[in-house]
Amino acid sequence: MLIVNANVEEIIELDNQIYLLKIFSPEIAGSIKPGQFVNLRVSESTYPLLRRPFSVCDVEGDFFYIMFNVLGEGTKTLAHKHHGEALDILGPLGNGFNLEGDFETAVLVAGGLGSAPFPYFIRKINGSKKILSFVGGRTFREVITYGMNNILTATDDGSLGFKGNVVELLNENIEILKSNKIKIFGCGPTPMLRALSEFSIKNNFECDISTESAMACGFGICQGCPVESAKDKDKFLLVCKDGPVFNVKDIVL
Amino acid sequence: MSNVDLSVQVGPLKLRNPIMLASGTVGYGNEMAEFIDLNKIGGIVTKSLSLKPRKGNPPQRIVETPSGMLNAIGLANVGVEVFLKEKIPFLKKYDVPIICNIAASSIEEYVECTKILTEEEAIKAFEINVSCPNVKEGGLQFGNDVSAVGKITHKIKAVTNKPVIIKLSPNVSYISEFAKAVKTEGGDAVSAINTLVGTAFDIKTRRPKIKNITGGLSGPAIKPIAVAKVLEIKRNVDIPIIGIGGIMNWKDVVEFMIAGASAVELGTLNFIDPAAAIKIIESLEQYCIDQGIEKISDVTGSFKI
Repeated sequence: MLIVNANVEEIIELDNQIYLLKIFSPEIAGSIKPGQFVNLRVSESTYPLLRRPFSVCDVEGDFFYIMFNVLGEGTKTLAHKHHGEALDILGPLGNGFNLEGDFETAVLVAGGLGSAPFPYFIRKINGSKKILSFVGGRTFREVITYGMNNILTATDDGSLGFKGNVVELLNENIEILKSNKIKIFGCGPTPMLRALSEFSIKNNFECDISTESAMACGFGICQGCPVESAKDKDKFLLVCKDGPVFNVKDIVL
Repeated sequence: MSNVDLSVQVGPLKLRNPIMLASGTVGYGNEMAEFIDLNKIGGIVTKSLSLKPRKGNPPQRIVETPSGMLNAIGLANVGVEVFLKEKIPFLKKYDVPIICNIAASSIEEYVECTKILTEEEAIKAFEINVSCPNVKEGGLQFGNDVSAVGKITHKIKAVTNKPVIIKLSPNVSYISEFAKAVKTEGGDAVSAINTLVGTAFDIKTRRPKIKNITGGLSGPAIKPIAVAKVLEIKRNVDIPIIGIGGIMNWKDVVEFMIAGASAVELGTLNFIDPAAAIKIIESLEQYCIDQGIEKISDVTGSFKI
């Protein structure tokens, strides 16, 4: 865990107001794992005040990428960054996906911006496992397939692919899932992760999910990002330090 | 090295410099030690401890507001026993004064916590949280009641010889009345201010952004209020003050000291820049050199009005 002065290499606008920020930082690029995140100070101003957490989207050489859409003040400032601008970054933070284990196919399940960590995931897997991606959104505009492969899509309004949510799409394909040695990796909004957890536990699939929460520090001192533990009812786990990736059996969403 | 004397005295508590780390923003020290040399810090105030562990409030616990943040953590902590067994051994490796912050839901619990913790030699002082806005019982209710604050001070002083600092609530009409009660009952110092009660709504769902409905506002948004409260205490009561509230840099520290603070605590800033304390200490030394100040303690209460 480091505080790093990094530099903006470039901002790439994908379709539908989704941005990729390419950042030069040998320290982060050389040490971060899929599913880990960085906490980024978007400016020295006091508004926005807090750092903004982003999961690592991809790594290329000394560069790493984050993916975001413009939601509030922080991401608005970020979208206006230029080549060469300095960025104050805290990272790598948290625990990433557990890529080890007895599975032959990694089933990636993403909702909306939940696709963000998977390009790097796929790069790290590097062909050692098969990839099967399920990507969902409310409409076709929210389906982000950047850097993913072998993709099935779902939209709530039926504007792209299967009409329904991404977990319903998994259920439609249950026979394929059951006939392979799989492990599921999910990232997306909490209601989707909740449904995915229930689905995985019911069908006895191993499943890691990447959770999200508002947080102030990103390294365990503010205690602002609690998540209910499945094993110890008397205390919360922290998304930043104990997660953001959890096995579905370890937390209650 | 310059000849500037950065050390300060907060009542009987001697600190190598005026920069302390505020309760609830440094955990029990181990995470912060990855970023800074704790041996260079004036003092560390632990996360509030209660007699038994507290799980804290359910999410959402924090939300950012313009130049500030609201938090309703709900005093999540490991409890006195686990603190002594598992947390303090780490802090004891450092030569930094440990100030234990205590939060309780009854006067008896404050007394009991102090009795147990005072036996630990590494603990140099107590900061008593009578002003947490985020728990239903105790906390803020005590902080709003002058006689309760006086009574807590008196009872705690009766069971420890170590310095007792009372952390005051800004959510009152006259904070100096509370500082006066602390002084009368033998308290050694006050820290001011704890967070201000605030809330924020989601305009689409019309629900509060924080599960607890209200939270404590901190960050640079509250600094002018905090400086005014320190000044009010300084002008009305002869008691050492630790200034807290929205400090973002060394200039803010100087401002608090001019208004009357003997030392300060950095809070929200630790979340944003965990290495800030060291930078501030270095800059304070430079400020003293530039201003021809030999002892930083001379700045305390040096306002010209």
